[in-house]
Amino acid sequence: MKQTVSAWSLSSWLVATALAMPVVALAWFAWVPESHSWLHLKETVLADYISHSLWLSVGVALGTFLIGVSTAWLTTMYRFPFSRFFQWALLLPMAMPAYIIAFTYTGMLDPAGPLQFHLRELMGWEYGSYWFPSVTHVGGAITMLSLVLYPYVYLLSRASFLEQSLCVLDVGRTLGLGPFQRFFRIALPLARPGIVAGVSIAVMETLADYGTVKYFGISTFTTGIFRTWFGLDDPAGAARLSGLLLGFVFIALTIERYSRSRQRFHHTSQRHQALTAKPLRGLPATLAAIACALPLLLGFIIPISQLGLWAAESWHSIDAHFLTLSWNSLWVAATAAVVATALAAILVYGLRLHPQWPQRLAVRSAGLGYAIPGTVIAVGVMIPAGQFDHWLNQHWPTAIGAAPGLVLSGTFIALIFAYCLRFMAVSLQALESGMGRIKPNIDEAANSLGARRWRILQALHLPMLRGSLLTALLLVFVDVLKELPATLVMRPFDFNTLAVRAFELASDERLAEAALPSVAIVLTGLLPVLLLSRSIARSRHGADGKPLHTTQNATPIPTELDRL
Amino acid sequence: MRRALLNPFLALIAGSVLLTACSSESDTEATSTSENSPKNTSPAVVNIYSQRKEALLKPVLEAFTQDTGIEVNLVTGNADALVQRLKSEGENSPADVLITTDAGRLYRAKREGVLQAIESETLHKRIPAHLRDRDNQWYGLSKRARVIFYNKDAVDPSEISDYQDLANPEWLGRICIRSSSNIYNQSLLASIIAHRGHEQAKAWAEGVVKNLARTPQGGDRDQLKAAAVGVCDIAVANTYYYGGWLGSDDEMDKQYAQKLAVLYPNQDDGETGAHVNVSGAGVTRHAPHRDAAIQLLEYLTGHSAQQFYANDNYEYPVVEGTPVSDLVKSWGYPFKADDLSLNKLGENNAEAVKIFDQVGWK
Repeated sequence: MKQTVSAWSLSSWLVATALAMPVVALAWFAWVPESHSWLHLKETVLADYISHSLWLSVGVALGTFLIGVSTAWLTTMYRFPFSRFFQWALLLPMAMPAYIIAFTYTGMLDPAGPLQFHLRELMGWEYGSYWFPSVTHVGGAITMLSLVLYPYVYLLSRASFLEQSLCVLDVGRTLGLGPFQRFFRIALPLARPGIVAGVSIAVMETLADYGTVKYFGISTFTTGIFRTWFGLDDPAGAARLSGLLLGFVFIALTIERYSRSRQRFHHTSQRHQALTAKPLRGLPATLAAIACALPLLLGFIIPISQLGLWAAESWHSIDAHFLTLSWNSLWVAATAAVVATALAAILVYGLRLHPQWPQRLAVRSAGLGYAIPGTVIAVGVMIPAGQFDHWLNQHWPTAIGAAPGLVLSGTFIALIFAYCLRFMAVSLQALESGMGRIKPNIDEAANSLGARRWRILQALHLPMLRGSLLTALLLVFVDVLKELPATLVMRPFDFNTLAVRAFELASDERLAEAALPSVAIVLTGLLPVLLLSRSIARSRHGADGKPLHTTQNATPIPTELDRL
Repeated sequence: MRRALLNPFLALIAGSVLLTACSSESDTEATSTSENSPKNTSPAVVNIYSQRKEALLKPVLEAFTQDTGIEVNLVTGNADALVQRLKSEGENSPADVLITTDAGRLYRAKREGVLQAIESETLHKRIPAHLRDRDNQWYGLSKRARVIFYNKDAVDPSEISDYQDLANPEWLGRICIRSSSNIYNQSLLASIIAHRGHEQAKAWAEGVVKNLARTPQGGDRDQLKAAAVGVCDIAVANTYYYGGWLGSDDEMDKQYAQKLAVLYPNQDDGETGAHVNVSGAGVTRHAPHRDAAIQLLEYLTGHSAQQFYANDNYEYPVVEGTPVSDLVKSWGYPFKADDLSLNKLGENNAEAVKIFDQVGWK
């Protein structure tokens, strides 16, 4: 018994240390070595980096919050035309990489793009004599990122809404609260942990975005890091910028947690009445349908149609090579998803067994990688991997045979580790909220009945966590599928993925040819997204009007949203 | 009993580790067999880290394999990151050749100590001195010119002839050029610093920023499109983007491309010539297949490879006497190219970025 406990804490410590090391090293590098261009940065562009990153974060936080929460609430509480369709379709934009939607809209709305071209032909206008929307500015970047990132907020807030007991809302009604008041004063505050988790994922993804802001010419921390590192030839300055960025993220997350720390999100009611969605009619129904259709249209249908049109021009380039690309993307994403979820499970379970501050700090640091640009992660992994290989080859006993060469560098092991580092936040968030919902007194009850830890884990926690595990797996899968910078530089020889191919063509400004692999990424990403939406629909309390205890996959005990 | 309750998490991890191990097995084996072969004896393979995209390299590499029997393995990616990869892999690195698309990165690779000097009479004979490293660590393989494009409806070619003109107030709000984060702009300013000194270079950058029609955004081809449509009258871009655009199958694209004309700047006597950069390559410091690597570099300066650059990607050959395509010729070839040593581009790069920051060139 004692042994197993120490095995858990030891493995969770090991994982946390391995994952947090690059982040800690970065923080250290940020303040120790002298940066020769820091003064120059402070005098010229640092203010721009900070303000642009801040605006982007605030804008995307607001945008994803508005779209995600409103659509989640509408599809959970009401029935209106196509509402069942929207329940899963609203997740679709998640499969669209941000840089691809940015390229697509720019190409579409460009003054030299097809829309304006035909408009001018048709109307006999000259460029400049009419107004036309464009996306290549901060507002446009916020829009692009919000359109593909809101599904995280939708996903997590919808899960929260689904878990809320209707009884609580009914109490609100008997106290005379209208539908809006019930939403703002009861449902929204109760769903706060889920919403915050979704928004923070969106914001961290925004801060790590490089493709979109670079293409739009917006100087942010990420573009600044590369400019300082390579353009100004100042790695220390770049590390300092990265450290500053991480510092912001860490402080924001800590403040949020602290502000929430004294609040409790339990449901006091032990009864879960089936959440029956209220049918809407007339204008409200139309408005609700439009509100859900807009993000889907803008975030998925329009860009995928444009990509499809472009791809139609180059579909003949589909060959066996293309299948290899798709297969590579698939298996590398699947492997990374399994590993990242397993590591997150170890961390989260270790934290449940030992909820002390060192564990908590380790878990928090392990999740920070999500806000770091992929190239920085890649370098952070490559350096220690290279040192390990060097050490191994130096100390290789000649008796065994020739030195093994590179065991980590340039192999899938290092690449998968980099993915885990980058996307640990996603699997952590999913599992943590799942684990948080399992009340500790279940463990105590089982324990008092004589069950050992393994037994509790196997018989209680794992079945109850199945939904969260699936969510974690699928989210990481989709993220890895879209990942580019780390894949690009860390991959083994002759290993190409769809994202690599799409990027190479797009960055060569061959948008039409880039469309085919882009469509393939989106289509490959669709499958897990659809699985995901099905699993949430199933996990709904009292889905299909059945009482809770007969529903599959549902937690057998009322939920507790209080997180660690 | 407890045995049976094998920790499912551990099983999950074990499974995934196995999966990773299996999939990386074939790969590590492939690289290690090539590594284990004693250096320089059986050059049956050459491993490349390349910034140049696969599509713009593969045909030449395939021809190389066919002609020599040497297999080629390729990783493409961001040059700076690939240099970091070379550094962290150190003496265990499987890479033999580093290919970049600009001289600044080659300069940096040399300074980071990831390249080695090679002696090759062929390379020396074929490549002009200013297009290769003075210590023989890297060699230019194709030339790329960064020139001025003007909209024929809006600009009379007599109005503009030099890069310096771009800073004149008469072009207020009429110029499109991409972000200064782009290496080609950094190299252009680095060459101006080398020719005219810091102060004049800064004044020039300041003037250009004032004349911009819009905040820098998009890539080179986006600047060309903007000039064709009338967002601006003048665009600065590399010529091969224009070539690619003209060669497009799309009717609309063709129609736009026709609206522009190429202007090679600084052609007059006593002027410096149009700014050129190179895509180039060097043999890595710990190359396991050094001979094959040199053979590849020589092949890339051979007639068919040089012609590929000129014909398929609208670049300029570095080897004198290689014919260029009719299209490239139609822009005016040969033209007067800046013969500044490309080392200067690398040396002045950080200074150029600082100037860009100071004058607010986004």
